[in-house]
Amino acid sequence: MTVLLVVLGALVGAPARYVVDKAVTARLSSGFPWGTLVVNLSGCLLLGLLSGAALSPGVLALLGTGFCGAYTTYSSFGYEAVSLAERAQRRAALRYVLVSVVAGVALAGAGYALTS
Amino acid sequence: MDAVDDPDVGLVVEHGPVLAVIAVGGALGSLARYGVNVALPHSGGFPLSTFGENIVGCFVLGALLVVLTEQRRPHRLVQPFLGTGVLGGFTTFSTYAVDSVTRDSAVVAALYLVGTLVVALAASWAGVAVTRRLGVGAR
Repeated sequence: MTVLLVVLGALVGAPARYVVDKAVTARLSSGFPWGTLVVNLSGCLLLGLLSGAALSPGVLALLGTGFCGAYTTYSSFGYEAVSLAERAQRRAALRYVLVSVVAGVALAGAGYALTS
Repeated sequence: MDAVDDPDVGLVVEHGPVLAVIAVGGALGSLARYGVNVALPHSGGFPLSTFGENIVGCFVLGALLVVLTEQRRPHRLVQPFLGTGVLGGFTTFSTYAVDSVTRDSAVVAALYLVGTLVVALAASWAGVAVTRRLGVGAR
């Protein structure tokens, strides 16, 4: 049952990442990975809010492990950071990594504190 | 307006198959992530499962994207399915951030936060570098 909820959440979360990424990069086509940044930061806030609230294990599996897990990505984050550094944009790579991690953790913590 | 001239219909026709393979790939990747989490449970300690998933996912995506963008001309749905879908679904940034702020110990939290970042970025770089050097299936 839990497996099914994870799958259902992921079936929506992964394409949602693609849609948000495309929508953001269409507006901010600068070579900087704004799309993944917006996806990961919004996902951190959402999972923080969900984790703080006393939700049932089923709802957490659907929205947390399934949706937020598939919506956010570490592999694209890592690849984009390495790609920026390879294109001699070391400062942009460093900014991308620091903003992703610092703001991601801050938003996760804020979301968690808001609902717990 | 004729359906084929409708830009919204055109968008769905263009993005429909891509969204579908990303959804299926994302579900498969997430299923694998859930399986690893069940096999390696952590209660308040170091989240070894998510740590491992993110590192493996970073290495494999780096390797995959070198093969798909530099060495072969794949079908247009291969990268959305394997990269955006499977590996995007297998790795997670939100669980990484939330687990970092909910650890019982500040030392474990800091170790996890910085450890994942350093090892995962090194894995992304290594996936790209090793695959380039091997020239797997170079065209």
